[in-house]
Amino acid sequence: MADLHIPDALLVKNYVDGNEAALATLIKRHESKIYGFIYSKIADRDISNDIFQDTFIKVIKTLKSNSYNEEGKFLPWVMRISHNLIVDHFRKTKKMPMYRETEEFSIFSVMSDDALTIESKMIVDQVELDLKKLIEELPDDQKEVVVMRMYQDMSFKEISELTGVSINTALGRMRYALMNLRKIIDKHQIILTN
Amino acid sequence: MAKIYSKKALASKDLKPKKEVVSFLLNYSQALTVVKVNEKSFEIIAN
Repeated sequence: MADLHIPDALLVKNYVDGNEAALATLIKRHESKIYGFIYSKIADRDISNDIFQDTFIKVIKTLKSNSYNEEGKFLPWVMRISHNLIVDHFRKTKKMPMYRETEEFSIFSVMSDDALTIESKMIVDQVELDLKKLIEELPDDQKEVVVMRMYQDMSFKEISELTGVSINTALGRMRYALMNLRKIIDKHQIILTN
Repeated sequence: MAKIYSKKALASKDLKPKKEVVSFLLNYSQALTVVKVNEKSFEIIAN
């Protein structure tokens, strides 16, 4: 444990002079302080590891390019770098928040799958099939308007032009068609839900 | 049975980064050479 007696400043100087082992000593000496500091702010081990890594990448680059001057002490300088990276991290996550599943928080409470389940898909298909059958029961002029409006997505203006009746007649046929559909549904006690 | 009401402590006393992270940093440091030419610095990473 002779390393413990070498001051940080000397280790930094040795590292800058090419002694790679000095860096290992510096990391070992300060890792729990720096990592603990990051973790106290972030509360996520993986992200803390990332920030710890980025911090030391900055340290290594600065030391290797001889841009570091021993004004203060090594540890406060590294802490400042990690502090800045933590601030950067929070800025980023503010724009795009990340949720992680924990014991108290299930990710599925905020996430849902909008796709229909097989069951509801079958129900939707069945409802659509039933509705088509019901439309078949309508008088021809009404059926024509419903099909053009609902299935071919035509406007009443287009329908009136195509069928040779006024817009009001087309609207009236649609109205009667819907009333008749409701009547048939009521009469036969059909339940169209999904 | 006694119930534990306390949540997990956020920070345990001896927190350390992953060994992989530290070994990556040491390898990275060994591989990296920064060369300064006319006030521009170049980072060279040896494979």
